[in-house]
Amino acid sequence: MEKNWEPKILAFLCNWCSYAGADLAGTSRIQYPPNIRVIRVPCSGRINPLFILKALQAGIDGVLISGCHPGDCHYISGNYIGRRKSATLKRFLEYLGLEEGRVQFSWVSAAEGGKFSQVVDEVVQDIKKLGPARRFVKREDLRGQGVEGSRKNILNT
Amino acid sequence: MEERSKAIQDRIREKAKELLSKKEVDLVIGFGEWTLPLRTTPIFIRTPEGAEDLIWNSFCENNLAIYLHKFSQFKVGIVVKGCDARSIIALSLEKRFKPDQLFLIGVPCQRMVDRRRVKKAVKGEILRAHEQGDQIIVEGEDFNTTLRRDDFLYPSCQVCTHRTPMGTNVLIGDPVKESPLIETHPEIKEFEKKSPEERWRFFEKESSRCIRCYACREVCPMCYCAECFVDSSNPKWIEKGFSTSDLEFYHIVRAYHQTGRCSGCGACERACPMEIRLTYLTQKLNLDVRELFDFETGIKADTLPPLSTFEIDDRQEFIK
Repeated sequence: MEKNWEPKILAFLCNWCSYAGADLAGTSRIQYPPNIRVIRVPCSGRINPLFILKALQAGIDGVLISGCHPGDCHYISGNYIGRRKSATLKRFLEYLGLEEGRVQFSWVSAAEGGKFSQVVDEVVQDIKKLGPARRFVKREDLRGQGVEGSRKNILNT
Repeated sequence: MEERSKAIQDRIREKAKELLSKKEVDLVIGFGEWTLPLRTTPIFIRTPEGAEDLIWNSFCENNLAIYLHKFSQFKVGIVVKGCDARSIIALSLEKRFKPDQLFLIGVPCQRMVDRRRVKKAVKGEILRAHEQGDQIIVEGEDFNTTLRRDDFLYPSCQVCTHRTPMGTNVLIGDPVKESPLIETHPEIKEFEKKSPEERWRFFEKESSRCIRCYACREVCPMCYCAECFVDSSNPKWIEKGFSTSDLEFYHIVRAYHQTGRCSGCGACERACPMEIRLTYLTQKLNLDVRELFDFETGIKADTLPPLSTFEIDDRQEFIK
């Protein structure tokens, strides 16, 4: 593991609350770790579990999904559906053996600039402790090597 | 067991004959004799005389609900075990059937025999096998072994808590005593005690054998998407090759797509030519759905699927 490794974290932020909250953190000049890459989605209920898996496969070290507080969803019930999906997905990924803490969830409202920066800080600390993502990452150098490549991948991780 | 099986077989034939004679159904889907030992085959009976081909024994392992997708224009009678009936109720929640399109001939299940374990328990090719009471007699060219039936059941059958089919039009045989949930799923609890590293190694090893034949997908009654995510090119979720990561992705997502929909029949695991453990994934999802949302697939015909609905006070202790 390189000494200067900085985690790369993908943050899916819902447009109406969390993204606005992140924006508020920025305009308030609150300092928070620069490790997140933001993807703006209309609602936390939009999150397809495949997004998270594809991100982890690509080598992302952590994923944060953030939405409106329950009861405040711009689309009324999107975050409730998202909550159910998140609960089942999180448990399943941890059961499979993906480290606990790689995929995290939060409620951040448009007024909570401070909370957003705090959440990012916590997530970055957690991921730093876990180390770079190794499980489930797709090894591009083994592409096209079929079953042999598959075996090499297992022996090396 | 032998008398029970025979009695059930006779009554299935009787019922099918009756339904077909009175033209209450266009066809009856059930199990028939097959040329290979330890196996039956799904059969499609269209005439009252054909009903004599229907059989019932401990090798009736298939989940016949998959065939219903092909017969949406017809009125169909179908022989169902506990798990099959649960699949059908789950499908009806997703509005796959017209009302009164199906006639369910329910048979309380005695749990099905794991043909792979039986094959491994003997040396040599099995030429004939039959049931006798609570035993299985297996014959080969130079061996004749008697095995205790209850030692050779499928993992999915061992943890089944609803062997008596529900929502049936007719129930053949008496309802069986169900195992309480507290006794089942010891495998999941044991697995959860292992470290994340061990669990990942196990999953990696299992999915590395995958040859992407999609037998698991084809045999699952709940996998009926017109375009499966593996065939999607825009967005392209996974590639068609054998990278370990893609194999894992496929299994994670196929299992996850069954959240709140899987009846636990185990057909996926039985169909896999590489004998990959699949039910340990779907069983975990079923347990979680039960714990989180108090929902069990295929029990009630008038609820909403758990991921289509919500409660105001759903659990959220994991959310910051």
